[in-house]
Amino acid sequence: MLSDETRERAKELIARYPKPRSALLPMLHLVQSDEGYVSPEGIALCAELLGLTKAEVSAVSTFYTMYKRKPVGDYHVGVCTNTLCAVMGGDAIYDALKEHTGITSQNGVTEDGKVSLEHIECNAACDFAPVVMVNWEFFDNQTPTSAKSLVDALQSGQPVKPSRGADSVCTWKEAERVLAGFYDGRADEGGAAGPASLEGLKLANERGDKA
Amino acid sequence: MKLTPVLSANWGDDKPWTLDGYGEYDAAKKALTTLDPDSIISMVKDSGLRGRGGAGFPTGSKWGFIPQGDGKPHYLVVNADESEPGTCKDMPLLLANPHVLLEGIVITCFAIRSNQAFVYIRGEVLHIVRRLQAAVAEAYDKGLLGKDIFGTGFDLDVVIHAGAGAYICGEETALLDSLEGYRGQPRLRPPFPAVAGLYASPTVINNVESIASVPAIIDRGVDWFKTMGSEKSPGFTLYSLSGHVTRPGQYEAPLGVTLRELLELAGGVREGHELKFWTPGGSSTPILTAEHLDSPLDYEGMTAAGSMLGTKALQIFDDTTCVVRAVLRWTEFYAHESCGKCTPCREGTYWMVQILERLEAGNADESDIDTLLDACENIMGRSFCALGDGATSPITSSVQYFRDEYVAHWERGGCPFDPAASTLFAAAGAMS
Repeated sequence: MLSDETRERAKELIARYPKPRSALLPMLHLVQSDEGYVSPEGIALCAELLGLTKAEVSAVSTFYTMYKRKPVGDYHVGVCTNTLCAVMGGDAIYDALKEHTGITSQNGVTEDGKVSLEHIECNAACDFAPVVMVNWEFFDNQTPTSAKSLVDALQSGQPVKPSRGADSVCTWKEAERVLAGFYDGRADEGGAAGPASLEGLKLANERGDKA
Repeated sequence: MKLTPVLSANWGDDKPWTLDGYGEYDAAKKALTTLDPDSIISMVKDSGLRGRGGAGFPTGSKWGFIPQGDGKPHYLVVNADESEPGTCKDMPLLLANPHVLLEGIVITCFAIRSNQAFVYIRGEVLHIVRRLQAAVAEAYDKGLLGKDIFGTGFDLDVVIHAGAGAYICGEETALLDSLEGYRGQPRLRPPFPAVAGLYASPTVINNVESIASVPAIIDRGVDWFKTMGSEKSPGFTLYSLSGHVTRPGQYEAPLGVTLRELLELAGGVREGHELKFWTPGGSSTPILTAEHLDSPLDYEGMTAAGSMLGTKALQIFDDTTCVVRAVLRWTEFYAHESCGKCTPCREGTYWMVQILERLEAGNADESDIDTLLDACENIMGRSFCALGDGATSPITSSVQYFRDEYVAHWERGGCPFDPAASTLFAAAGAMS
């Protein structure tokens, strides 16, 4: 069941745009933050509030990889297997996690519902390859061993800290709420930049280079 | 060669993502209170700033195409959908320094007479979305966005809009369709977005780094900007080194440096190995080899070398990497991300994956390479947007430089490379 709050929030989103339909992508993120996936009820809500048919809404939601047709885990793990990360170890990490979790299909979920697994495309962190994402937070320079420990921690409910991100990983639904456009107040957590991001600046400072 | 940190200069500071850490938008204040919109457009034109999102179109000219006095609303849409494989500059920039983008947006919107901007950011970067949301809220709070900015009567609203996982939305017209709530599919041009873009109104679409470069140009001037780079490619830019390099990372330098110079700064190719191939600006730019180490990394230099500057995403692969495996994976990416609108791209990328799979497994022969190149020819220039063209780049360039390696696969009946040897942890011994 979609909550009344979700319905109100959806109306808030529509009000942010010059034309209502622009709110559709944020609304689908919002539906996921409530239901854990793009549910039939969520599609119906978007259609109703935007004056579209359910087919029109489905046509949009099925186009985008982040919208899920079935519930994913509380912690959705993405392993980058685009070329650079794959070569640097992403393929080995993905294979190790499939074996470790028993998940065999894209977006598959562990039996306890805690963890789901997806091989993802380039996530714009190539200087930290190989990269693993949990609920769209960065875990940099991973190995098969570190990634398995990460998944173990997620499954057993231990706190997990991204390499570059908030102090702890929120749930997938909480992440989707932020992506829908509702800020959670956590921007001041974490640092400004990872070590690789600072390599050039560090060197410039050492050499006294300035623009 | 001298490094020129501008956009990255404050990344090591305390909380550079806050207004306390960043400053009070002095460049925007100068622009709005001492310059008129047309002179800002002229300054950006004179600076020679070119789009940092890949195509290198002159930013000031793009702004100049917006019709004035047309009575329609104008829009600025910032393309923060950074998804080109290898590209990793805008995300660290926005994580550390979101206000430089917002300040650039204020100046740009004032110049093009727009009161509404959108930042379309890819969805898969939660903390960066948070940083942007917080920066926008803080800027509104301090009167740097919203009504009557700097008491000039200029109003500006900014919406942070998260995408949902589609590489094609980095293509500017697909981005507009997506922002309007549709499947992200490219539009036929003309009309160009400058005339009929978002909601059929005049729209400027610029990459994050392009807009973020504007405050420094206003603040320090056109002459200063042109002391860096070359005549046709002036200024500073973020070069992103990744892969088999000792110190991967972001290196902000003048346009026109060479990979040899950058590699020297980054500690060279991974110890004990040699450079095999590299991309100058993401997977859609044809691969190059060690013979191109001294080619200038600017728009003209890369075109002369048979590639493109693209996003300056320098992916470095050493001698442990199988080029066929690399190209197969990129091709799988294009097949997955093809939006399906144009037949050559939709069908072509699918079949190219099938052929490359056979080639990598060693179950192919010379005729498969011909078929592959034939498919590339039939995609190139025959689709609405550059995704299809980009899909052919790794294939045609790898066959050009490494045809023997394709042949070796079927001669041996399989891949001659050990994938474990190319990993980051191979060197550290973590595989044993």
